[in-house]
Amino acid sequence: MLRVEHLSVYYGDTAAVRDVSFCPEAGQWWMIVGPNGAGKSTLVKAMCRGIPFTGKAYLNDVEISDHSGENFARKVGVLSQNNGQVYGFTVDEVVSMGRYAWREGYFRPRDREGEEKIRNALEATGLLGMRKRNLLTLSGGEVQRVFLAQVLAQDPQVLVLDEPANHLDFPFQKQFFDMVQAWLAHPGRTVITVMHDLTMARRYGSHALLMNRGQAVASGPVEAVLTRRNLEEVYGMDVYAWIRESLRAWEAE
Amino acid sequence: MDGKKNAGGAFRLSEGAFWLLLTVTVAALCVSTGSVGIPLKDVWNAVFGLPVSRATYASIVLWTRLPRVLCAGLMGAALSVCGAAMQGLLRNPLADGSTLGVSSGAALGAALSIVLGISVPGAALAGPAAMAMLFSFGSLMLILFLAWGMDRSLATHNIILIGVIFTMFVSSLLSLLITFAGDKLHTITYWTMGSLSGKSYEQVILLAAALLIFGGALLTRGRELNAFAIGEENAMHVGVPVRRTKLLVMISASALIGVCVSVGGSIAYVGLIIPHMVRLISGPNHRVLLPRSFFAGAVFLMLADLAARTVLSPLELPVGVITSLIGAVVFIVIFVRTRRGGRL
Repeated sequence: MLRVEHLSVYYGDTAAVRDVSFCPEAGQWWMIVGPNGAGKSTLVKAMCRGIPFTGKAYLNDVEISDHSGENFARKVGVLSQNNGQVYGFTVDEVVSMGRYAWREGYFRPRDREGEEKIRNALEATGLLGMRKRNLLTLSGGEVQRVFLAQVLAQDPQVLVLDEPANHLDFPFQKQFFDMVQAWLAHPGRTVITVMHDLTMARRYGSHALLMNRGQAVASGPVEAVLTRRNLEEVYGMDVYAWIRESLRAWEAE
Repeated sequence: MDGKKNAGGAFRLSEGAFWLLLTVTVAALCVSTGSVGIPLKDVWNAVFGLPVSRATYASIVLWTRLPRVLCAGLMGAALSVCGAAMQGLLRNPLADGSTLGVSSGAALGAALSIVLGISVPGAALAGPAAMAMLFSFGSLMLILFLAWGMDRSLATHNIILIGVIFTMFVSSLLSLLITFAGDKLHTITYWTMGSLSGKSYEQVILLAAALLIFGGALLTRGRELNAFAIGEENAMHVGVPVRRTKLLVMISASALIGVCVSVGGSIAYVGLIIPHMVRLISGPNHRVLLPRSFFAGAVFLMLADLAARTVLSPLELPVGVITSLIGAVVFIVIFVRTRRGGRL
């Protein structure tokens, strides 16, 4: 579905991402993991046409730069990290913006399917009762849900999530990942997530791309990538032992 | 949250009719009021070529007041639509024509032509007007060129920063010019503070044409401006042609502001205050914000100009003084009241 070949991103002379290749297929949930500054978000931004890069990236065998903006938006939806607001738009207005690429001409602002998609997205994110709320009055986690609803309304084939669990309370974190899992269950869909939490990456991901200092250390099925040796090499400590030790703290009862 | 926003988020025809009626009524009142009071009935008769009660009324209405009031209305509409569009595009509630440096650039052009005595034969004001338009466009090109040199994607924060620095630079040049202006000081003040006296129908037509082309381009970009106001990165991800929209809005706004400055000087605050007031009352959705700002700006500047020529009559104030005074006070009152009410 997506194919990334030898992708590099340079800021001046330094490479933030260097020669990364991977190939997410339909039905897969890719977790992009690695320490701070590994280039995870930069890689994802480049794949979503947010920043210039060298190398090749294809969506459905067509180079991503050859898709029109609208066509790309119909296929790839992005939930980014920075959604701080200046103006008091309503939940409804922000979520409806997800239908921008699907609008049908000036005099038909919303297609019938659009109304339904928006409603479903609001329902899935538990925002149906908050449609008229002003975004400036919402908490960080609620704002994150609004933008998730927007990207669900956008109805893409590929869902790109950049650190989506930030600001989310535990019940909603669980709900969030379960929801994405249900979304992925439909045929022809792919999820790519930049993840910090290795436990969640292991639990929900089918595949993983482990990055360090801009380079891909390992990629493939999640259990083959997040091995004790790989993690120790990248993080410089025995991550395995530490996670297991932490879990033991909960086993007292 | 409140009943003022309609479900589809679009500007309705019935609302448009209401605003049109209000604008025409205010225009009629402005034409009838002044150093010589003219009954509304005579205003009507003069406009439609019917007999009026006194011979002088017809010429006052047709050749003095009507073009002036029309210019005020058109300029008010243009400036506030530009302000609303720039505030959405740059995602900054303090943006307007002056943020881009366009407004001050245009004023500099006008001042320069006054000091150097550049004029078009046969039309005294054509020199400053042409220079104002030239400089406003040149300012935009310079700012875009610098921003493009810093970052090919024309990052918004770069544009704002360059615009503000450019404005300060131009202001100091303007001060320098004024030092050398001598007896032309009064004429330069006219351009920098803005005035609407002595307007002609040529200027009305120029403004109307600019408003139709560039104002139309802005008014139909409500959806895209909403996306920018929510977030530029988000706008790109939902499929908005980000760079094309940015260029289109900036070129339209600066052309329109250039035309306005060339007609009436740089009138401060209209582009800042009017969209802000509309936004505080009915929310940031540009699909209603832009048309409402259009009409509210027209009404506001017609009334401000009325005040400029009647408050200290027969002395006439630059309309920019009035807009700054009224604008700042109204703005603070509304801002404090809405803040207290918990809404932004």
